[in-house]
Amino acid sequence: MTASVFFGCTFIAFGPAIALFLFTIAREPLRVIFLIAGAFFWLVSLLLSSLVWFISVQISNKESAVQQKGLLIFGVVLSVLLQETFRFAYYKLLKKANEGLLTLSQEETMPISIRQLAYVSGLGFGFMSGAFSVVNILADSVGPGTVGIHGDSQHYFLSSAFMTMAIILLHMFWGVVFFDACEKSRWWAVAAVVISHLVVSCLTFQNPEYVASLIPTYVILFVMGIWAFYSAGGSFRNLKLCLTCKDKDFLLSNHRSR
Amino acid sequence: MLFVPVTLCMVVVVATIKSVGFYTQNDGQRLIYTPFPEDTDTVGQRALHSILNATIMITVIIVMTLVLVLLYKYRCYKVIQGWLFLSSLLLLFFFSYIYLKEVFKTYNVAMDYFTLAIIIWNFGVVGMMCIHWKGPLRLQQAYLIMISALMALVFIKYLPEWTAWLILAVISVYDLLAVLCPKGPLRILVETAQERNEPIFPALIYSSTMVWLVNMADTDRPQRNSTEAEPPQQDAVASPAPSTQSQDDGGFNSTWVNQQEHQLGAIQSTEETRREVQEMPSDRPPVEEDDEERGVKLGLGDFIFYSMLVGKASAAASGDWNTTLACFVAILIGLCLTLLLLAIFKKALPALPISIFFGLVFYFATDNLVRPFMDKLALHQFYI
Repeated sequence: MTASVFFGCTFIAFGPAIALFLFTIAREPLRVIFLIAGAFFWLVSLLLSSLVWFISVQISNKESAVQQKGLLIFGVVLSVLLQETFRFAYYKLLKKANEGLLTLSQEETMPISIRQLAYVSGLGFGFMSGAFSVVNILADSVGPGTVGIHGDSQHYFLSSAFMTMAIILLHMFWGVVFFDACEKSRWWAVAAVVISHLVVSCLTFQNPEYVASLIPTYVILFVMGIWAFYSAGGSFRNLKLCLTCKDKDFLLSNHRSR
Repeated sequence: MLFVPVTLCMVVVVATIKSVGFYTQNDGQRLIYTPFPEDTDTVGQRALHSILNATIMITVIIVMTLVLVLLYKYRCYKVIQGWLFLSSLLLLFFFSYIYLKEVFKTYNVAMDYFTLAIIIWNFGVVGMMCIHWKGPLRLQQAYLIMISALMALVFIKYLPEWTAWLILAVISVYDLLAVLCPKGPLRILVETAQERNEPIFPALIYSSTMVWLVNMADTDRPQRNSTEAEPPQQDAVASPAPSTQSQDDGGFNSTWVNQQEHQLGAIQSTEETRREVQEMPSDRPPVEEDDEERGVKLGLGDFIFYSMLVGKASAAASGDWNTTLACFVAILIGLCLTLLLLAIFKKALPALPISIFFGLVFYFATDNLVRPFMDKLALHQFYI
């Protein structure tokens, strides 16, 4: 039972993300580099927010459980805000680096577009966020143990896995929408991304009522997915052409006959 | 490009540490280079012992590097070659035998000595051939990764806790100085090799691996590149000497071409040199078709110390996988930055300092700050 839980939860949590990585990113070293840099930025934001939380815990009353929980909630909100700040910082860095990259590669056109960067960096954030949230849980799921022996929920592992998958995909969509909004200076869209991230995190405060947290998260995931699709340049027409293998531009660029 | 081998080496080390208990057990054995024990009564004494251990180790390393540079300068190639040959022999046979033995013990696999002897013999002989002579590129890369991982595991096992962290820090500083200072031994090595315009000889470091580079767009003239691995042996001298490589064109050309081979079907081999990331602007006819082919070499010592850091993080940290992941990402980012600097400055650069610095910072920060935060979040199932 434990091995199957482990593999099942791992594939649920990381399956889509790894598939995306293998099919779109793994072959291009430049994209891999930006993915890892995105992961690094997320990590730094987590570090800063943990530092603040840690300091606040040290100076607080460690006995009071209510205060600790309040501090934790504060930590979560701060972490979300810092993550989005670092996403913006990464965006700025990438814009600056794009010019540098251009001179370095001695080519006329940019080797990687800002939209690809948005996707890759969002996925990088997502990978790191998902990994940090769930890897320890997965490691525990292999070992001996009983889930929820003290009366907690039986579905801890499964819900964690689903939540992680949602978070990873959400980070990717947020990345795409965020960068696109920054490019077009649509600050309301940026605010919408930040607010939706906050909403998703705050929904998890209701765990272990998984119905209340998972379902709205997936609704938000769906909505963000559609928004990201449209802001990345997709449309219903594109989708139709792609699915019926009639998209001439794509076929030409991939040297395949129809 | 360099990510895959570095990642593979780290994965091997972490997998071994997590599954085979031998490498995290404290048997009380120590290397002769770190004679002071760390299980002392007071913290101050422990700190003192670890500082002394690190000092001894670094001194040994410096001395070994100087000896190597001198040997190279005075053209005692045979000595160096023999030395390296012996080192790789020990590593490929003895250490891998111990590794295999421990893996069998962990998984309770019964194996007779005859089969074991045949396996080890084949492994070792093919390894020697691939590293010192000719062999398929992938096999050679695999062997280099394996010996780096073995070395890292030895370090993780036999270096006590604080000593290991101190050594990592000090060796990055040493690397920085040795490669960049005008009188630094590694720099002298590189410059001498360049002056003599000779194929980098597998003699500058303990165990060199010879790689035959067949240039696809060139006249298929094989060129010799050698990289040196660093297998400190428990009884012999050990020192992660810098690797030097040279090619006939006096350049440090090596490529770690995955995509190129895949796309173009050429055979190119890469080599790793110790702690030097060099990029050679080729003075051959413009064969390098694109940037990926231009050689970026990474010393085996770099592999070893990166893997040692990540391995120690996974062995020692109580935050388990988060710390390991954080160190992994930090090291990769350090490597990216080093490569970026390489592309800008176009000369030999030390590959250790930035990565190890990031790795250490993230290890301690994640273990002490992030871990309690994430634990609490996981407890309540909050997501950030």
